[in-house]
Amino acid sequence: MISRWSTLESIRSAVVSGDATAVSITEGALARIGSDDAKLNSFLFVDREGALAAADAVDRARAAGQPLGALAGVPVAVKDNLCTHGVPTSCASRILEGYVPPYDAHVIERLRAEGAVIVGKANMDEFAMGSSNENSAFGPVANPWDLARAPGGSSGGSAAAVAAGLVPASLGSDTGGSVRQPAAFCGITAIKPTYGRVSRYGLIAFASSLDQVGPFGRTVDDAARMLAVLAGHDARDATCAEHPVEDYVASARGDVRGLRVGVLRSAIAELPDAEVRGSTLAAAAALEAAGATLVDVELPSLRHAVSVYYIVATAEASSNLARFDGVRYGVRRDGASLIDMYNHTRVAGFGREVQRRIMLGTYVLSAGYYDAFYLKAQKVRTLIRADYDAAFAKCDLVLTPTAPTAAFKLGEKTSDPLEMYLADVFTLPPSLAGLPSIATPSGLTATGLPLGVQLTAAPFAEATLLRAASAIERAVGLTEKHPAAFA
Amino acid sequence: MSESKITLEQVRRVASLARLTMSDDDMIRMQSDMDAILGYMAELDGLDVSNVEPTFHAVPMALPLRPDIVQKSLPRDEVLAQAPCPESDGFAVPKVLEGGE
Repeated sequence: MISRWSTLESIRSAVVSGDATAVSITEGALARIGSDDAKLNSFLFVDREGALAAADAVDRARAAGQPLGALAGVPVAVKDNLCTHGVPTSCASRILEGYVPPYDAHVIERLRAEGAVIVGKANMDEFAMGSSNENSAFGPVANPWDLARAPGGSSGGSAAAVAAGLVPASLGSDTGGSVRQPAAFCGITAIKPTYGRVSRYGLIAFASSLDQVGPFGRTVDDAARMLAVLAGHDARDATCAEHPVEDYVASARGDVRGLRVGVLRSAIAELPDAEVRGSTLAAAAALEAAGATLVDVELPSLRHAVSVYYIVATAEASSNLARFDGVRYGVRRDGASLIDMYNHTRVAGFGREVQRRIMLGTYVLSAGYYDAFYLKAQKVRTLIRADYDAAFAKCDLVLTPTAPTAAFKLGEKTSDPLEMYLADVFTLPPSLAGLPSIATPSGLTATGLPLGVQLTAAPFAEATLLRAASAIERAVGLTEKHPAAFA
Repeated sequence: MSESKITLEQVRRVASLARLTMSDDDMIRMQSDMDAILGYMAELDGLDVSNVEPTFHAVPMALPLRPDIVQKSLPRDEVLAQAPCPESDGFAVPKVLEGGE
């Protein structure tokens, strides 16, 4: 029996056995989006026709006795910064309104090849710049657990759609925490893979030395099944590694005996929120009870991560977003000269936060400031990497909260960009060091809001993260709990 | 209150470089936002990293090679259909050079 809370494994099994058709499962997802998404605003575009055609192709393949893919008949949402052939892709920006990519991103090709059914494009912070989804040009997304609160960002739509049971899994992208923080706020699991683990071909670039595509699932097993489909080499992304892909699904069933878990006790102790402290230490205790060893670790350069990130990421963004000039795609605002046309198009097309980051990035790269800001930040980035190298001499993974608080209220932090940036303190360091990192639920607050822990491992050790996340899920996870408004 | 990290004149210069010449009111608001963020970033000032190598690639790896063979490019019609102002198989822009037609 397929329900809105079914796992990927149960959906695929039902399709393979013939207990349910891919078309009926897709119709179910489309009906839920139709009835429930008005509360969330998690979708920017629903591709009813394309989804039903993809589902029908799965059913016909089964009828013809052909082998079915690893995600056969699984409805998924994909963040709107992933190019989808023939389906609008706006990055939640006015400047790309109406853009219809002439090609699929690598990860979209992979999903389609394994029989996944892409039902639509998920809302996000414009160009993936934000931590609350309030920077979307098409309105904010609501958190399914409390509709007055933010779902996190920038992949807020992808997280909310999964947490509310509209779809069982989705894709986001993570530059400084953009899958992990929304997963924590929405009570689900998300993986930021090692830099180079997943191809960025067709992901609209924000900060090229940090961007990675990552999956969301309601269970660790579901997230592992998605990652298994995404990971691997693609020659079209020169930074995509030729590293062998481990069996992530088997890893998610593995145990943690003998695993050394580094706990950032001093940083946890300094957190003002007692529930976050307690929930994080409960997750560590769960790993210990399952046979792992806890050790204390320090990451002294963590305190510089916000500065370093907002120099490096804005610098790269200012360069990447130069391509939006009203010439080859998107909208154009006319001007008397070429320069006027550029200025009018970009000022009208980009929202405030995107303009702020392009300005900061242009400033830190400009003549006279490059050494003081950009070069210095890249040097401090080396210190952050060295901190992890030292930690991984003592442990196999590092455990921290995913975010310093549970989901904050919509509008609470919009007036102060700096305050919004400071909330990214735990998710930024793994991104700057290129490390794989998973966010998984660690319980609920007294008022019923999800909390999450983040585990970070050495490059390409995604399998270790999945083993540990699965042990936390069994002890303190939220797989049996669902937001009341959607239960 | 320490002196501001960035002047309005500097903000105008950066906006011109970034092709983001905005209204005067927005320029003033941008100066205030950038000033607060750059002020926070001044926490890096005391850090001596003169002997540290910068990280340009977080995960060191050999760049993979691919065979150098001709591959199909995207269909021209589909690509041009996305341009706001396509013209005779190209992208039209306002006149760049002064002079007669």
